[in-house]
Amino acid sequence: MSTVVTTPLAQLTRSDVEELLFQEAELLDDWQLNTWLTLYTDDARYVIPCTDDRDANPASALVLIDDNRMRMQARVDRLNSRKAHREYPHSNLRHLVTNIRLDAPVGDELPVRASFAVWRFRAGRETVYVGRYHYRLVLSDGQLLIRSKRVELDMTALRPASDVAVIL
Amino acid sequence: MTAIETPLIEAAQLNGSNLVLDESAERRFLVDRTAMTSPEIYAAELKKVFDHSWLYVGHESEIRNRGDYVRRPVGGRPVFMVRGAKTGAVNVFHNSCTHRGAVVCRQDSGNSKSFQCFYHAWTFSSEGNLVGVPGRDAYPDDLDYEQLGLARVARVESYRGFVFASFDPDIIDLVEYLAGAREYLDYVIDAQGDLQILAGTHEYGMQANWKLLVENSIDGYHAVPTHDTYFKYLADLGTDLAGGVNGVARDLGNGHAVMEYLAPWGRPIAKWESIFGEAANTEMAAIRADLTAKFGEDRAAVMCDHNRNLLIYPNLIINDIMAVTVRTFMPTSATSTDITGWQAAPHDELPEVRQRRLDSFLTFLGPGGFATPDDIEALESCQQGFASGGVEFSDISRGMGRDPLATDEEQMRAFWRRWRDQMDGQRLDQMDGKRLDQKDGQR
Ligand code: FES
Ligand SMILES: [Fe+2]
Repeated sequence: MSTVVTTPLAQLTRSDVEELLFQEAELLDDWQLNTWLTLYTDDARYVIPCTDDRDANPASALVLIDDNRMRMQARVDRLNSRKAHREYPHSNLRHLVTNIRLDAPVGDELPVRASFAVWRFRAGRETVYVGRYHYRLVLSDGQLLIRSKRVELDMTALRPASDVAVIL
Repeated sequence: MTAIETPLIEAAQLNGSNLVLDESAERRFLVDRTAMTSPEIYAAELKKVFDHSWLYVGHESEIRNRGDYVRRPVGGRPVFMVRGAKTGAVNVFHNSCTHRGAVVCRQDSGNSKSFQCFYHAWTFSSEGNLVGVPGRDAYPDDLDYEQLGLARVARVESYRGFVFASFDPDIIDLVEYLAGAREYLDYVIDAQGDLQILAGTHEYGMQANWKLLVENSIDGYHAVPTHDTYFKYLADLGTDLAGGVNGVARDLGNGHAVMEYLAPWGRPIAKWESIFGEAANTEMAAIRADLTAKFGEDRAAVMCDHNRNLLIYPNLIINDIMAVTVRTFMPTSATSTDITGWQAAPHDELPEVRQRRLDSFLTFLGPGGFATPDDIEALESCQQGFASGGVEFSDISRGMGRDPLATDEEQMRAFWRRWRDQMDGQRLDQMDGKRLDQKDGQR
């Protein structure tokens, strides 16, 4: 599913990375969640720290979401069922991804930062999540994949958005 | 042209007895839905309930060192809790400068010997004393430093590390207030050893009345239908859920209540299951043996094998389930609530058990979990349903006239009876005997 790239990690351009992140945003907005998962490695991690402890280590502190690949799949299965009551019917989502910055590769990983806003509309209510994504990308058989996505929220508390039942 | 007027609530309707109908003889318990929708009742609750209860402030482990502080709203009022740099005592102050009112503590947490108000730079010590006034020679010699210290919240007491405050100087002592809830709090505390609150706070919200969350937090009846996706997840992991939510519900007095049931899953302290990993088996068996030696076989079994959803009236929930959650909440209007949750855990535990505890907490609980968002949806759905009208009362009679099960509604009735009495203006110290009579009448 993911874009095939021929350049080595160090020569990846912002536009290579953009392609992947924009694709992810589109899949999430279209609720193509199983396809979304194919953008991730088997050892992937999806983490959202608490609003009051953005630097938290999920191995010792309370966070909002700390999914390994297995739990990402479970989250997707849940959201695809009619019994995830908070998201059935689904919200209308719009992921805006911008200010993408590539850092120097570390080992086999390319660290990437990006700003995001996710709009969520449901049942006459609108909420917005704003913050920064921290990705670690890897090249696997010529495919650029996500090994880690950490979502640091700018909101000082989640209260206006109620919850994070959707995938940011 | 005349506007359509919403009829104001009659003063009499603000009384609890008009809103909570406990018709034990008919095994019927009804709550007027106005209690969940009326702004007047919300305003009355702030005064009658929240200003006259013991309210959870925080845990002493959050302010381990002298000068450590956390600020938070309690009962809707900004306060801060600080461990005095000199005395080591836990102080809870109204967060307002005695000069002209500004908030004195402006960070959510930190460590400080003193707090300087940024407006005119008056300075207060962590013990609350006024210690600095710029240009004090402008005041007459007798500027009363003593008088102008930070205002303490009327009552502050800690029960084994859990710090509560009350704005009512005449409220009964905390231990007496806790009544039967104390024993259940002890189970939680004893089992965790050196209990601490982990870093990271869940700060979320819902568009529903706070009392619906009280009900939901101790409601075994909704678990299976509402949380289907969560139970499916557990089943996929190999957890055997055949036992279901099998247990009892208890009225613990003074509005507190518990539902207690045999844990259908592993528990991080000392109920091992394969998911914890082989390595943890020995260690967890040792913890169990240790608890048995300390507290006896029966008590240890309760600590290790039972889940507890505990309500401490009016707004503290301690769920000792697959992880321990400490949750408090506060209405911001009749139809909206701020919710704050923390995780409690033993200070030192095996990393794999800690990881499993964190995983368990997050998969079920919290605003990104596989269950809590559905609870919020259910409660907001009730709130929307109330607006439809046509139905005056909610029915909370499940399990009346039998020994109530965890899937019954005795827990909620315990809350509503105390809420009714408080809204009627009854103080706990004035009511000895009365409650017991009522409970006898109902049995
Ligand atoms: S209001 Fe605090 S110093 Fe004036
Ligand atoms: Fe629930």
